[in-house]
Amino acid sequence: MSTINSQDRGNDAARESLAQRRAAMAVLAKAKAADIARGLADIGSDVAFTDARPAEIGLVMLRGRIGGDGAPFNIGEATVTRAAVQLETGETGFGYVLGRDREKARLAALCDALWQSEAKRKSVEDHIIAPLRQQQQERRALAQAQTAATRVDFFTLVRGEDER
Amino acid sequence: MYVAVKGGERAIDNAHALLADRRRGDRDVPAISLDQIDHQLALGVDRVMCEGSLYDRELAALAIKQARGDMIEAIFLLRAYRTTLPRFGASESINTGAMDIRRRISATFKDLPGGQVLGPTFDYTHRLLDHTLTSDSDIAPAATAPADQATFRSVADLLAGSGLIEGQAEASGEVGDLTREPLSFPAGRDLRLQNLARGDEGFLLALAYSTQRGFGRNHPFAGEIRYGEVEVEFFAEDAGFAVPLGAIALTECQMVNQFTGSATQAPRFTRGYGISFGQNERKSMAMALVDRALRAKELGEETGSPAQDEEFVLSHSDNVQATGFVEHLKLPHYVDFQAELGLLRKLQAEFFERQAQSGTPKEAIMQDAAE
Repeated sequence: MSTINSQDRGNDAARESLAQRRAAMAVLAKAKAADIARGLADIGSDVAFTDARPAEIGLVMLRGRIGGDGAPFNIGEATVTRAAVQLETGETGFGYVLGRDREKARLAALCDALWQSEAKRKSVEDHIIAPLRQQQQERRALAQAQTAATRVDFFTLVRGEDER
Repeated sequence: MYVAVKGGERAIDNAHALLADRRRGDRDVPAISLDQIDHQLALGVDRVMCEGSLYDRELAALAIKQARGDMIEAIFLLRAYRTTLPRFGASESINTGAMDIRRRISATFKDLPGGQVLGPTFDYTHRLLDHTLTSDSDIAPAATAPADQATFRSVADLLAGSGLIEGQAEASGEVGDLTREPLSFPAGRDLRLQNLARGDEGFLLALAYSTQRGFGRNHPFAGEIRYGEVEVEFFAEDAGFAVPLGAIALTECQMVNQFTGSATQAPRFTRGYGISFGQNERKSMAMALVDRALRAKELGEETGSPAQDEEFVLSHSDNVQATGFVEHLKLPHYVDFQAELGLLRKLQAEFFERQAQSGTPKEAIMQDAAE
């Protein structure tokens, strides 16, 4: 019983960790290459790494759902660039980003690899992910506020002929 | 039939150089940048991505510039480009319910959770030319208001909750892909929607309009139109989990249509679905109307109108195919034409010979023909 519980806790921790890693990847995917590079320069990472998969441009077919909630169908493709790097300490990081920016995919992969290193995670989160996330949240909040300003209240009018 | 011809290399080279010259135009006018096209002709970029069936704003802007603003040519360029790239796979299904909304309206419910937000729309403008745009005048920043983070629950969802609208069939097997397998009929709804999503906006608009005018009426309401950004994820084999790729802009239209019922099923509304890359409401609405029209047989409705004819609609919706076949007529058909000319001369000779035998002078016949 206790072993199952500890296993569950282990799984929960792994799930939690993967969710955080994916959240970091989501921020990187929406960032500009130059901003990621600046963040990497800030943490002054001196870990050597090799390109496990040189950056490659390709396509991903985007799937929607029939009616928004039904069976999947193909809407159309998007360009995607992927890369993978391996740190000399063993961690392999992946970069998958919309668009055709090879440098960005490689930098995102490097950040993902560093994120997996216990020693580096905090500085990656604090100096790369956090500022980018804040920038993205601000942009999103502005767009949402501008959208909110266009909220309408339609009201229906009683037509004359209905009144007796 | 088109038979290959040789020759004309220099003329062709010079024609292409002339095209490049005319594309650039007056050198005293600054060249247009891809950023300018992307930001200031954004809806054109959206359309080219949608019908080019490739989401990449920069490439679509480049295609528009290269095509001198000829949208179908730009779409053609994008379609040609995509064939040069490997495909990594298919994304996870996009959840439009979790869209970061930039516009959401409903013509069926005025008060709905999340409310109605107009966003950047041409609706309610007076369609008067704005002469202030002839110069680069300062534009005030857009107004803001506190945004509540209420989710914009979909109208289909609201109606489904009360059992008033049909549900969607669950996934059954492989997802059809017309870029891999040629279209055959009858086509599943997945293939029909893929075809319509990349179909010509004008063609779909005309078909949609025809259903409204009585050629396959299906009594539509714009249940909901939403435009905004959605997250895309892709299951990466090497990483072993679904990785986030970033966000794309989509416009989705849920059309609520005439109800149907049977001895075993209570009457309920039916649905038509439209979706497009970027902000393109006209296309999404037209697509939803045509999607619904193509379901006529499935729903036991009277058929026979053009928009309900699956083969007619799906075979003619692609503007790259259509332009290829129509425009190929201008390529040299000399051998073909020589053959026809020879046949025509022979028929004429026989005709005149018959006339001569019956005594009518040739000149009189030629005179008749001229008049």
